Amino acid sequence: MTTTPTFRPPRRRGLSGLIVKIVLLGLVDAFGVQALLTLFFLEEWLLFGIALVVLAAINYIYLAPGALPAKYLTPGLFFLAIFQVFVVIFTGYIAFTNYSDGHNSDKDDAILSIVQVAQKRVPDSPQYQVSVLRQGSEFFLLVTDPDGQAQLGTNDDPLHEVDAETDFTGKATSVDGYDTLQLGDVVANQDAILALSVPFSDDPNAGSVRTADGVNGYVFRSSLTYDEKADSFTDTANGTVYTDNGYGSYESDSGKQLTPGWRVNVGIDNFVKAFTNDQVGPPLLRVILWTFIFAILSVLTTFALGLFLALVFNDPRVRFKKIYRILIILPYAFPAFLSGLVFAGLLNPEFGFVNQVIFGGVQIPWLSDPWLAKVSVLMLNLWLGYPYMFLICTGALQSIPDELTEAARVDGASPWRVVRSIKLPLLLVSVAPLLIASFAFNFNNFNVIYMLTKGWPRFSDTTLDIGATDIMITLVYKVAFGGGGGRDYGLASAFSILIFIIVATVSAIAFKRTRALEDVY
Amino acid sequence: MTELLVPIPRRSMGFKRWFREVGWRHLVGVIAVLFSIFPLLYVLSVSFNPIGTLTGSNQLFRSFDLGNYVELLSNPDAPFLKWFLNTLVVGTISGVGSVFLGALAAYAFSRMRFAGRRAGLLSLLLVQMFPQFLAITAIFLLMVTISDIWPQFGLGTHAGLILIYLGGALGVNTFLMYGFFNTVPTSIDEAAKIDGASHARIFFTIILRLVMPILAVVGLLSFISAAGEFVIASVILTDPDSQTLAVGLYTFVSQAQSKNWGVFTAGAVISAIPIVTLFLFLQKYIVSGLTAGSVK
Repeated sequence: MTTTPTFRPPRRRGLSGLIVKIVLLGLVDAFGVQALLTLFFLEEWLLFGIALVVLAAINYIYLAPGALPAKYLTPGLFFLAIFQVFVVIFTGYIAFTNYSDGHNSDKDDAILSIVQVAQKRVPDSPQYQVSVLRQGSEFFLLVTDPDGQAQLGTNDDPLHEVDAETDFTGKATSVDGYDTLQLGDVVANQDAILALSVPFSDDPNAGSVRTADGVNGYVFRSSLTYDEKADSFTDTANGTVYTDNGYGSYESDSGKQLTPGWRVNVGIDNFVKAFTNDQVGPPLLRVILWTFIFAILSVLTTFALGLFLALVFNDPRVRFKKIYRILIILPYAFPAFLSGLVFAGLLNPEFGFVNQVIFGGVQIPWLSDPWLAKVSVLMLNLWLGYPYMFLICTGALQSIPDELTEAARVDGASPWRVVRSIKLPLLLVSVAPLLIASFAFNFNNFNVIYMLTKGWPRFSDTTLDIGATDIMITLVYKVAFGGGGGRDYGLASAFSILIFIIVATVSAIAFKRTRALEDVY
Repeated sequence: MTELLVPIPRRSMGFKRWFREVGWRHLVGVIAVLFSIFPLLYVLSVSFNPIGTLTGSNQLFRSFDLGNYVELLSNPDAPFLKWFLNTLVVGTISGVGSVFLGALAAYAFSRMRFAGRRAGLLSLLLVQMFPQFLAITAIFLLMVTISDIWPQFGLGTHAGLILIYLGGALGVNTFLMYGFFNTVPTSIDEAAKIDGASHARIFFTIILRLVMPILAVVGLLSFISAAGEFVIASVILTDPDSQTLAVGLYTFVSQAQSKNWGVFTAGAVISAIPIVTLFLFLQKYIVSGLTAGSVK
């Protein structure tokens, strides 16, 4: 804004506006301080610093005069920065790690879990009387040792002496601030109680107490002992030594790995694995190819049908256009995730309407044959997408001045010629950016694929959950969160990065050609 | 209805000629309409069919029975009412929030001149190309961390999911709104400024009222996309009671497609009605919003 020294009338500041501003800023500060305190106690100094700077900046922007654009842009930019920009950078970071189900924490946590997983009951261990206590959602063991001393602890908090109330046998039963579980609760929470393994001390080799029935506890000691100096595990049974292999796991000389591992940087391993591993590479190439075919064919089929209908109705003599239009665009208004599920039922090979009624009972494998499944996905997407193309083509056709078509007709052009030489070129100019956007959208059209086929039928040459109709984004989802084969966040992020690169390249080329960016200038 | 003023064509030309020039268009239109509405009619028909499985659903509109709806609302495995309310809450708050954030940014871009304005607009246009859920892995892992710092915005909370959706607000909406804000003459704000109104007052009491149509469209589109979003919602909301319709209905029908079919269709009908109604109600604005980018 220009700052020429003109007369400025006094600004009236509304009291209510000031109150709203103070309340909102106060709320933001409250959450900010909460975060700062938590980060302080977690000793996450980098995040603490970032949070401090951001919080100070927000307060400065809204309390200091001036910097008007910042006052309006900050709220949106704040969320954009975290949930759209930062997550992309973070994806890039994860893609270079081995972050996955077996490698999801740091090395210290991994050592503790290895010790706990390898625990076995010590033969003729003394019997401890135990009670299971609960605080919030966390379970604790209250252990009465043979000397009658009560000790309390849980998985990550070793046993320590507490003041407890005892029953007539001398068994400790309850502690202030905790709920004691009765037999029924113990049965209901059996899995959580079986997973309780309370260490005797901070030394992971000291062993721990576990209980199966919530009444008697026994000493368990790990068959693997950890040697801190050598950073290695030794199996007490056969003397095998496991050492840090540099890829986030302890490994023996014969290549046997202990689980879990921990998170380390693995460089470009995920990308190498994506293309060279024979379980991932060949299916991935097919998926990339199909993603392109799916996106291109989706745009072409929906655009062709939408344009055709728009041309058909682009005649002033056709009546009831409004009714036609409302009925035709219904699929576009119908929630997309439901459409996939509805079509999955319609196309069910045994009971679905299509096979039973339209094809008279033939069992056509619409969703389990690789080629038919691809056709089905495209059909569903045609149904979902053509109303949109119909709408934008209708709009674009109406904006073509009538004089042009009339002049052509006066010159003796046939109706088809008018369409081909005048309407189509003009229409393409205006809808081209939308077609590119539609391509980018369909490139990542998760719902259509996942709700109809889940990406299946599965490929037979891989044990991973990858199938003939999978596109890249469904692959990311299945690799990161799917059941089969565990969750591999590192590999999934590497796939995400591939999608970013492809979409960016394609859009850059396409937009350069259509010069859609001119709008900005 | 302007069509009524057009002379009825059949009288002025023979049926053959009418069919060749106009009639066939109706034929095409009827086929297109059938293609469009058949799956929807099928869903409606199954939902009223008392048999309730895929096998028994193939005779359309044979019976009218509300059994599926009754079971839908009473089935303890599928807390449909909770899903519906969750969807309304998540959709409404993220819709309103997105509109608000987008409007603030569009106002700044449209009315103020500042360093980085053009770069900012360009970057938003680019951000639009990359939907949020591409970074789903990172979003999930970020939410794991946020659960430690702000449990009230962490995994499994609606608030957390809404915050994530708000992160996509600027990229998707600002550009659409920016164009519309530009159509409001700046002389209006200048007049208000001379009368002594503050920038906040101009924005909240004058500009926002003038751009109401685009706010409605953007709000509705944000609502629909949040209500139908599956990828992020399925990762963040794992407890069945907190899930949205997209996640809940998907899980419900994919567990036992044939057995749950009738109840699912009843759920689909109820979930779709508000969205379809809103959409048709506002379709004129939506269409103009959709084409605003291309048709000048």
